[in-house]
Amino acid sequence: MARGRDTGLTAARTPASPLSRRAFLAGASGGAALALAGCATGAKQLFSGGNSGTTITVAIVSNSQMQDAISLSHLFEQQHPGIHLSFVSLPENEARAKITADVSTKGGEFDVVMISNYETPMWAANGWLVNLQPYINATPGYDAGDFLPQLRATLSHKGDLYSVPFYGESSFLMYRKDLMAQAGIKMPARPTWTQVEKIAAQMHNAKKGRAGICLRGDPGWGENLAPMNTVINSFGGRWFTPAWQAQLTSPEVTRAVSTYVSVLQKYGEPGAPQAGFSECATLYGQGDAAMWYDATSAVSVIEDPQSSKVAGRNGYAWAPSQDGHPAGWLYTWSLAIPATSPHKQAAWDFVAWMTSKSYIRTVGSKLGWSHVPPGSRFSSYQIPQYKKLSAVYGPLTLQSINATNSAHPTVKPVPYTGVQFLDIPEFQDLGTTVSQQFSAAIAGQQSVGSALSQAQQYAQVVGDTYRNA
Amino acid sequence: MTSADMTTAEPGVGTAAPRRVAPRKKRGNSIPVGIVGWIVGIVFFFPVLWMVLTSFKTEAQAYTNTPSLIFSPTLSQYKTVFSSGIWPYVANSAFATIVSTILVLLLATPCAFALSLRPVRKTRDVLFFFISTKMLPVVAAIIPIYIAARDLHMLDNIFTLVILYTAMNLPIAVWMMRSFFLEVPGELLEAAEMDGAPLRRTVTEVILPVVAPGLAATALICCIFAWNEFFFAVNLTATQAATVPVFLVGFISSEGLYFAQLAAAATVATLPVILAGWVAQRQLVRGLSFGAIK
Repeated sequence: MARGRDTGLTAARTPASPLSRRAFLAGASGGAALALAGCATGAKQLFSGGNSGTTITVAIVSNSQMQDAISLSHLFEQQHPGIHLSFVSLPENEARAKITADVSTKGGEFDVVMISNYETPMWAANGWLVNLQPYINATPGYDAGDFLPQLRATLSHKGDLYSVPFYGESSFLMYRKDLMAQAGIKMPARPTWTQVEKIAAQMHNAKKGRAGICLRGDPGWGENLAPMNTVINSFGGRWFTPAWQAQLTSPEVTRAVSTYVSVLQKYGEPGAPQAGFSECATLYGQGDAAMWYDATSAVSVIEDPQSSKVAGRNGYAWAPSQDGHPAGWLYTWSLAIPATSPHKQAAWDFVAWMTSKSYIRTVGSKLGWSHVPPGSRFSSYQIPQYKKLSAVYGPLTLQSINATNSAHPTVKPVPYTGVQFLDIPEFQDLGTTVSQQFSAAIAGQQSVGSALSQAQQYAQVVGDTYRNA
Repeated sequence: MTSADMTTAEPGVGTAAPRRVAPRKKRGNSIPVGIVGWIVGIVFFFPVLWMVLTSFKTEAQAYTNTPSLIFSPTLSQYKTVFSSGIWPYVANSAFATIVSTILVLLLATPCAFALSLRPVRKTRDVLFFFISTKMLPVVAAIIPIYIAARDLHMLDNIFTLVILYTAMNLPIAVWMMRSFFLEVPGELLEAAEMDGAPLRRTVTEVILPVVAPGLAATALICCIFAWNEFFFAVNLTATQAATVPVFLVGFISSEGLYFAQLAAAATVATLPVILAGWVAQRQLVRGLSFGAIK
C-alpha cells in the first residue's frame, strides 16, 4: 500500500516532460488521422447505397483459385458496367460457419456464396438456395453439360442444379518417381493399401529425414476424416446400416482404421497428429516424403516450381484401394445464390462468368495455365496449353472424379450419400468428434479399438435420431 | 499497523527515529534475475522476430524444413498485401478501436471514481457484476447478438462493432481504473476539499493528473483488445465493416502455401499497436507498474 502511495505521489509531482508532450501530441495526431480515416470509411459505408448500379456481395473460400478470381473480377465489372462486386474471402472453416449462419438465418448479407457438395443438396431441400436451372437454360453458350457428370449429380436437387462447380477434385496417390526408380520400385497404377504400406516401409528413412508417406492426421471432418473415410470405403466398411445402426466397430472399419493409423505411425511424417494438407504439401514439396495421398488439386502446389522442389519429378496413381473397392473422394467448391438475395439476375451473371468456359481461358492467358481451376469442365482438358501442362496428372484427375459415386459410396448399402462425408447436417459435429478420436489414436494416446468404440457411441446417438424419426 | 504504514505515518514526529531504508539488494542476485529476464524477453520477442523475417521470404523459403535465417529478402509479400486492399480494413479497425476506447474511458472513469473514492453499499457486488460479464464465453452469446444485429439491420455495420467493443472492454477498464483511483492519496482529496475545489475541478486538476499513467495504460489495453478482436468481426461483418483481423485470415488457404503472405499481413497489422505502445511507453510503464495489474 505504502509503495503504491509513494508511486502515486511521485507521479503527481513529476512534471510532464517535453518528450511526454511530444509523445502525446504524436499519439493524438496519429489517432486523429486514423479516426478521420475511419470516419471517411464510415461515411463511405453510410452513403454506399447511393452508388449507381447493383453491388453483389460474394462470400468465397480463400484458396488460391478464388484469389485469382478476385484479381480478375475487374474484367467482369468492365463487361457489366451496372454491377459492382464486393468480396468476403475467408479460410474454409470461417467461411463455412459464416455462410451457414447467413443463409440459414436468412441474414441476406450475401448475393453469391461458395459452398461445397456437402451443403448444396441439404440447403436446396431446405429452400435456402435459388434453383439455378432456369438461369442456366436462359444463358446461351453456358453449356452446363460440359461439367463433369459426377459434379452435376452431387450439386443437384430433384434434377436441377442449385450450385455450379468452380473446381472439383478427387484424391490420388502422389509419389516421387525418381526415388522409386533409385530404389527399384515400380508403383502399380492401382495400388492397394497393402502395397502402399510395403512401399512406404521401403522408402521410409528417418536418418535422411524422409517419411515413407504423408497422410493427414489432424482432427476435423474435412481433415483426417476425408482420407480416412476413403480407406474405410475401400475396405468395405460403412458408417451406418440402412436402418441407421452404427458400424464403426465392424471388422471392416477396424481393419481400415488400423491400417491407416499403423502406416502413419510407422512410416508417416513427424508430428502426424497435427499434420493436414498444408503440412503434407510442405513436407512433400520440400522432398521430405516419398508418397502423399491427398486431393488431386494438390498438384497446384507440388508441380509449381516456385514453391516445390519436386516439380516434374512426381508420378500419380489411383487412390489406394483394397479388394478392388471404391477409393477416391469427390469434392467440389461451387457457387450458389441464397434465396434471400435481392439481386438474383446480377448474381447469376457473376456466377455464370466465374464458372464459364471463357473464364478458364481468361485465367490461363492472363495468370498462367497452372492457375486454371481444375476438375470442373471437360473442355478445360481440351485446351492445348492446359492439356500439355497437365499431361501427367490431368487424365487421372478426370478419371478419378468420374470413378466416384456419391450416391452409392460403399460396398454395402447405406442410408446416406457422400463419399468422404455423410450428407447429413449432424456430420460436421459427428465427423469432427470422431476424427478427434482417430487423431488421438495416431498420436498413440489411445488404441484404435478404444477410438472406434468411442466413435461408435457418438455415431449411434446420431443414428438413433434417424431411427426414431 | 503494518511496517509499511509505519514508514509513512507522522513523518515529523520522533526525529530521532531513523528513517527505514529498504535494504540494498546484493548485486550477485541481479545477474541471474537479469539473465532470466533476457531469456523471457527473447522467448516473447522471438515469434515476432520470426514473423517479420518470414514476411521477407518467398513462400518456398518460408516452408523450408530446416528454417533458414540467411536468405535473399523480398518485398513481394508486402506488395501483395498492399495490393489486396488493406486500407478499408485498417480504417474500419481504427474507427472501431478509437471510438470504442474513447467511449470506454468516458464511461469507465466516472464509474471507477464512484466505486473507488465514493463507495456505497454493495459496491463489491457491482464490481463483481461488471467482471461477471466477462465470464460468459463469447461464443455462447453470438447467436442472439447475430439475430439482434440482423433484426436491427446492423449487420456489417461498423457501429455494431463500436458498441460491442465498448461493452467488451468496459468491465476491464472499470476494474483497472478503480485500482488506479485507489492509489490516489487521500490527503490530496482532503486538501482539494479544504481549498473549496468543486468536484469537477478536483477530478480534472487533482485526480486525473495523478492517474494519467493508469488512464494511458487502460486506453492502450482497450485499444489492443479492440484492434485484435476477431470473433465479433468475422461473424458480424462482411464487406463494409470488416476489420484488419478479418483481412488477415483471408490469406490462410486450406489448399496452398501462405506463411510468407500471412506473416507480411500480420506484420502490417501489428504496426499500429506497436507504434501506439511505443508512443505511450513512458506512461504505459508507469501505469502498469502500479494498480491492478502490477
